[in-house]
Amino acid sequence: MAKRYKGINQLSTGDKALVALMIVVPTALVVGLVWIPAIMSVWLSFTNWDGLGSFSDAQFIGTKNYTDVVSIYPPFWPAIQHNLIWLAVMFLFATPVGMLIAVLIDREVRFTRFYQTAFYMPVVLALALVGFIWQLIFSRDEGLLNDLTGSTIDWYGDPRYNLWAALVATSWRHIGYIMLLYLAGLKGVDPSLREAAALDGATEKQTFFKVVFPVLAPINIIVLVVTVIESLRAFDLVWIINKGRNGLELISTLVTANVVGEASRIGFGSALATIMLLISSVFIVIYLRIVMKEDAR
Amino acid sequence: MSTTTAPARVRPPREGGVQANRTGTRIFLAVFAVLWIFPLGWAVLNSFRDYKFTSVNGYLSWGGFTLDNYKNAWDRADFGTHLVNSAIITIPAVILTLILSCCIAFVVARFSFRFNLTLLGLFTAANLLPPQALLIPVFKMFSKVEVPEWVSDSGTLLNTYWGLIAVNVAFQTGFCAFVLSNYMKTIPKEIYESAVLDGAGVGRQFLQLTLPLCRPPLAALATLEVTWIYNEFFWATVLLTQGSKFPVTSSLNNLRGEFFIDNNLVAAGSVIVAIPTLVIFFALQKQFVSGLTLGATKG
Repeated sequence: MAKRYKGINQLSTGDKALVALMIVVPTALVVGLVWIPAIMSVWLSFTNWDGLGSFSDAQFIGTKNYTDVVSIYPPFWPAIQHNLIWLAVMFLFATPVGMLIAVLIDREVRFTRFYQTAFYMPVVLALALVGFIWQLIFSRDEGLLNDLTGSTIDWYGDPRYNLWAALVATSWRHIGYIMLLYLAGLKGVDPSLREAAALDGATEKQTFFKVVFPVLAPINIIVLVVTVIESLRAFDLVWIINKGRNGLELISTLVTANVVGEASRIGFGSALATIMLLISSVFIVIYLRIVMKEDAR
Repeated sequence: MSTTTAPARVRPPREGGVQANRTGTRIFLAVFAVLWIFPLGWAVLNSFRDYKFTSVNGYLSWGGFTLDNYKNAWDRADFGTHLVNSAIITIPAVILTLILSCCIAFVVARFSFRFNLTLLGLFTAANLLPPQALLIPVFKMFSKVEVPEWVSDSGTLLNTYWGLIAVNVAFQTGFCAFVLSNYMKTIPKEIYESAVLDGAGVGRQFLQLTLPLCRPPLAALATLEVTWIYNEFFWATVLLTQGSKFPVTSSLNNLRGEFFIDNNLVAAGSVIVAIPTLVIFFALQKQFVSGLTLGATKG
């Protein structure tokens, strides 16, 4: 029974098979359902596949899908614009507010648990559900907002306003998430740093911007990446409102509409999907570099 | 506290400012917290109010309380079926995700193979890709994969729970593997060393050493994943073509037509769908918060 000790990484044949199995099964699933589809999206974007025959029927047509998307596909530019507005609001409004709330909760001694729960609660709700809950406020005839202001704006329906209504609803949830990330980061800041700054006569504002904020650099970048990726993936809320039409076009809804919608255009959908992959991969690389820095050594 | 150690001559002017500052902070936080609770509170309040009463008196009135909205919402939206569907999808998906991510995390943390970092990157990155960008190939693959009759009446993976569960597992394994591997790396090598000396193989090391030590992150991840997969909307909406198979989150879209005007029914429906996640959140808040921060703020 007792084997000769050959070092901690000694592996019998059975063990080798087991380790191989532990790698191969999860990897096969992730490669098969995430990475191969990702590569296929890129490949399909350069072909004229009609989505019906076998994949081998696809013919290479160069960048025609891309030139078509930017020139003869009306919802494309509005979608890009909406995604950029989405990102800007999340980044310039939701993130600073989330950070501010985290800083205030972190300074506070009483009721922190209550505050944390209040701000974090929307984060556990599905985004689709968030859209529903805010309908009670934004609805034209029965919404609270119109009740209070006497206006007759259809906040979810009018293309002049519905993107902003969706952004309010999504910020409600995103701010809680950002708050939590920063709160965890602030808890990790060495208290002696602040004490030293206070002894030197620094005001709280100075302490935050000159001492605490730089220490939070890795979290800042993670929050940036999370914000960009979440803005790019934004889908559920808009789909629940009106399936991403009429003022709520996003790249993600266009891709989906091109597959499951009435007009199925695989080429357009794949070109849009590739654009999404390209943008997200830049930020995924940044993210991986940060979170794996320690491991790489 | 630390201010008491500050030199006396600096203290007096600052103390007053800090005091005013503190009150300001408290008011600000209290106002914001109420503002944050309000949308959900508003939904809960109106879910208990009679539609006729609110349509006559407006929503800025008081009274007309009833439980009928819940009964009607439950019946009309068929929440019973959809909640069962959610359980059919969520429970196996979470269990499989945790098993597979434990395997990968264990190998990456326990052994120093050359491709370890690449492997972990492959999983972590997969979790961050926009799912919509993979939709076309996944959708077409599923509609081409033929499965036996007992798996699916349509004969393909499309419109089956198996397909949906597989996609969810593939996406979520990345996040869990990342969190777990970080945790497992903190387990000292010496523990394994003595196990190896005792003749314990990899399987026993994994099951009897690593997994019991990983209870805290597993609890946190299970909490998070149950919520996330229950909340998952996109894949369920596009991969299940039959409305009656929808989990409860995706079935919200169907309710829209049913409840087109009755906001009080919408409110009751929203509360019903929110209850499972809120219960988990309030019961396991610690797990919830630690799970998220474990994943995102390490390093």
